[in-house]
Amino acid sequence: MSANIEEILRQALNALVDVQDLKQLDQIRVDYLGKKGLFTLQMKTLGKMEPEQRKQAGQIINQAKNQLQQALEKARTALQQAELAKRLAAEAVDVTLPGRGHGVAGLHPVTTTLRRIAQIFAAVGFKVVEGPEIEDDYHNFEALNIPAHHPARAMHDTFYFDAHTLLRTHTSPVQVRVMEAEKPPLKVIAPGRVYRCDSDLTHTPMFHQVEGFLVDEDVSFADLKGVVYEFLRAFFEKDIQVRFRPSYFPFTEPSAEVDIECVMCDGQGCRVCGQTGWLEVMGCGMIHPEVFKAVAIDSEQYTGFAFGMGVERLAMLRYGINDLRLFFENDLRFLQQFA
Amino acid sequence: MRISEAWLRELVNPPISTDELVEQITMAGLEVDSVEPAAAEFSKVVVAEVVSLIQHPNADKLKVCQVDVGDKAPIQIVCGASNVREGLKVPAALVGAVLPGNFKIKKSKLRGEVSLGMLCSEKELGLADDASGLMELADDAPVGMDIREYLALDDQCIEVDLTPNRADCLSVEGIAREVAVLNKIDWQPKVFEVVPVSHQDTIVVEVEQPEKCPRYLGRVIKNVSAQAETPVWMQERLRRSGLRSLGPLVDVTNYVLLEMGQPLHAFDADKISEAIVVRDSQADEKLALLNDQEIMLDADTLVIADRKHALALAGVMGGQDSAVSDQTQNIFLECAFFNPVAIAGKARQYGLHTDSSHRFERGVDFTLQHRAIERATQLIVAIAGGEVGPVTEVVHEQFLPQRQPVLLRPQRIQKILGIEMPDDQVEDIFTRLGMKLESDAEGWRITPPGFRFDISIEADLLEEIGRIYGYNNLPNSRLLMRSALGAAPEAKLPLDRLKDLLVDLDYQEAITYSFVDEEQLKLLMPDEVPVRLQNPISQDLAVMRTTLWCGLLNAAAYNTKRQQNRVRLFESGLSFINAESIVQKPKLAGIALGSVLPEQWGEKSRKLDFFDVKADVEALFALTGFEFKWLKDQHPALHPGQTARITTADGQAVGWVGMLHPELEKKFGFDTQVFLFELDLDSLQHKKVPRFTALSKFPSVRRDMALLVEEGVKASDIVDCVMSAGFEKLRDVHIFDIYQGQGVEPGYKSVALSIVLQDFNQTLTDSEIDAIFNGVLQSLNSKLNAKLRD
Repeated sequence: MSANIEEILRQALNALVDVQDLKQLDQIRVDYLGKKGLFTLQMKTLGKMEPEQRKQAGQIINQAKNQLQQALEKARTALQQAELAKRLAAEAVDVTLPGRGHGVAGLHPVTTTLRRIAQIFAAVGFKVVEGPEIEDDYHNFEALNIPAHHPARAMHDTFYFDAHTLLRTHTSPVQVRVMEAEKPPLKVIAPGRVYRCDSDLTHTPMFHQVEGFLVDEDVSFADLKGVVYEFLRAFFEKDIQVRFRPSYFPFTEPSAEVDIECVMCDGQGCRVCGQTGWLEVMGCGMIHPEVFKAVAIDSEQYTGFAFGMGVERLAMLRYGINDLRLFFENDLRFLQQFA
Repeated sequence: MRISEAWLRELVNPPISTDELVEQITMAGLEVDSVEPAAAEFSKVVVAEVVSLIQHPNADKLKVCQVDVGDKAPIQIVCGASNVREGLKVPAALVGAVLPGNFKIKKSKLRGEVSLGMLCSEKELGLADDASGLMELADDAPVGMDIREYLALDDQCIEVDLTPNRADCLSVEGIAREVAVLNKIDWQPKVFEVVPVSHQDTIVVEVEQPEKCPRYLGRVIKNVSAQAETPVWMQERLRRSGLRSLGPLVDVTNYVLLEMGQPLHAFDADKISEAIVVRDSQADEKLALLNDQEIMLDADTLVIADRKHALALAGVMGGQDSAVSDQTQNIFLECAFFNPVAIAGKARQYGLHTDSSHRFERGVDFTLQHRAIERATQLIVAIAGGEVGPVTEVVHEQFLPQRQPVLLRPQRIQKILGIEMPDDQVEDIFTRLGMKLESDAEGWRITPPGFRFDISIEADLLEEIGRIYGYNNLPNSRLLMRSALGAAPEAKLPLDRLKDLLVDLDYQEAITYSFVDEEQLKLLMPDEVPVRLQNPISQDLAVMRTTLWCGLLNAAAYNTKRQQNRVRLFESGLSFINAESIVQKPKLAGIALGSVLPEQWGEKSRKLDFFDVKADVEALFALTGFEFKWLKDQHPALHPGQTARITTADGQAVGWVGMLHPELEKKFGFDTQVFLFELDLDSLQHKKVPRFTALSKFPSVRRDMALLVEEGVKASDIVDCVMSAGFEKLRDVHIFDIYQGQGVEPGYKSVALSIVLQDFNQTLTDSEIDAIFNGVLQSLNSKLNAKLRD
């Protein structure tokens, strides 16, 4: 009897050795432990035995069954692990292959620069206003204290449509338009395209400017200096030297030109700054009383400052671009560098 | 304006270096553009005298000269210049000399004759760009003296870029005055002796336009020697200011112009018929100018004329007929003050720009004419001799610029400049600037001098204080001002958001010129007449764009020509419509060509089609929260079968989406299909502020139907028909398949659509669902002749 059980157990364990998958494993379980399994049949023979013998034989069978059960469990775990390992191996990918789908393009560096400028000024409450690009003579010149035949007009190389209509040569007319429509206090920046009839290595007939102005009671040149100074440091994210030089614009008085320490050579002198160590980056000044007069703002009560800067120039200095014309060729190899 | 530093220092000589001087005047508003040495580096060149010379025995063109270079005995130098002659004083480069361009002078033999140096021209010394022969030095030049010392060549040419308001600095004296103020030192203009009058001949001067010419001075100088040599020192100063020597008479007028800023003109007195008449030109009057240009005058240009015809363009340029020449014996010297308003723009109108017009336009000191004419007379007589007649002056005081006192209030200094300044410092600044001060209870009444045309209001005086005090010495203050909370208008979709979405959809932003080629524009918009520039930069940039497509097509073609086979660009900006008044409309436009995705592994390459671009445009619309309508339409630039016109729900035009017309592909340089969109930014930036609607607690039900319709029936017709069938519980409909081919009769298509039904109050019953389904089907059948597919 016990020899028979041992034989059955040995057979079962042998069968387990060759098991390939869970299905075969289950078959073994059915063959030996199932309702009609060999151990089950053995259990059924117990009934015919003497009680004393039955107990002993029962124990032997149960021991064998337990042993088989444990072996089955172990084999199952092994099989499951093998199967998982196989699946994982099959599902492995080359993670160094590029992702699929389309990429993300980029903004034009002029836009990026304009956004940064706007962001810096927005933080202290300047709002962005835009104006027309086809302007009238009054807003582009007259109201800005540049009457006909003023020598400053010669510096403007204006594109004309007729005697009174032109492409704006600067963003300053927006200053006039805002002051015509609104009353102080005013804090505005006006970005946009401007046009000059000039085209060579360092000039394109179209470029971008940002005009900014602030009008309130008690605004002084010191406020202008402070704002310009802080703006330039914020824009270049650098503790650069800034200097203010007296200059002339018909629509500001006093007027100044602003130079920064050359960002290409740290003020040592290079080709970009013409060996001077300084770069001219913007013009500014206190708004001229004649301009206030043209927009009916009392220049005794209010004072204000205005500044204007070339966006391409700032972008060139910021990103080290060495050719102005690249901005409008729209070569993807150029544009994609600024994504 | 370019001046010699040595000349400037002759008038005012502060104890500072050139660099410091340049920095100082730059920071005072006279921007220095460049500082260049007056002469290139060279060495061992001396004043020499040709003692004797003989023909070279072996060369026709060469002379063998014995030259005194200041040594005990003359040295032999072989020379080929045509103007070499006995007694000539000339620069000689000695053996060991190094000339500009690192040209080394060595002892040599020329066709058998020893040569111990070289006689030099201006060109060889780097003093001129070309030269016809040897440089001829004055007879009294000291032999043996180093030429650099003799010509004072160790000097700098300072180029000052003056703003139009600082006409007062368009002279050496003007800059000297400024330097004196900045350094707080006293200075004096050049002192000279007035030449006494030696005859009484005059020419009558009649000023018909006293407003344009309030002061006119003239005098006759007889028996001048027009062929006299201008002294080297004057030639050198002119040269360092960028002017060539043109004979003593012209040189002197140029010299005084540089020295004092007063333009003068010398006429050949024998060519003036009877009188000088300062008058307006007559229309179509002709005038041959000194620069060989003949101009046709208009009716109100100020001219200097005689009894017969115009002689000169007043304040701009003299005429050929009355110009001085080598034969001139008697001159009429003119020194006038022309009103800036009369001269402004005139030179430019005739395509001219002269040193004279440059100064008169900006303003010449109207008190300067007497001193200037005496200075010019003195120099002419010193160089070219002559007998001096009396000065004729025609002056109309009432038309001379008036210098009104300008009030400066001390508190405005604080208010505008942000500093407090002691009274004596203020007074010192203005006194040194040549202004007259009177103080009263309000402040100072300050009267500017005749040479300042830029001081008429208080702000001008404040600028002077700031300038002299130093802008960089003024404080920087923190922005302190009233501020209000910013607005956050939610109904306006920011352009930045739209741009960011396009960037995320893989469209690269481009910026193209607003002016375009008219021919190209015509291809896209044959029916539009664009706004035209009067003075375009070139013919292909002559009209304003009416669509952004022109620039984008060119930008895309530029890239496809550079091996880019997938291009996606967008631009935002104005388009300009030539209506009764010009309309400037902001647009957002895009272009896409090539494959849907960049070339990559694991995805089949598929060419972009209309619906890819439509999806991108729909994404833009989705940002607004509004519905837009897509209508089949025709556009001259687009493929007739792939053109959609877009409107708002209430029918306002928004833009176009479509495929570039195949006929235009080649014309714009493509060999592939190109898709375009252009949208009105005003419509796109209109954003719907959301309103919450309640959610149903009951489940929704979806039912699908496959319909057979004629192939011309549009998807939007089907969707509109379903949604307008009048079932409140019908929430949504969408088309999920379109099929033509086997099993579908030609001329028909199968459209699979699903409808979504939901009620707010209960779960829908089967019979309700069936009723709606059948109702929808009935409506489709009656309106579109649609049948349920078997």
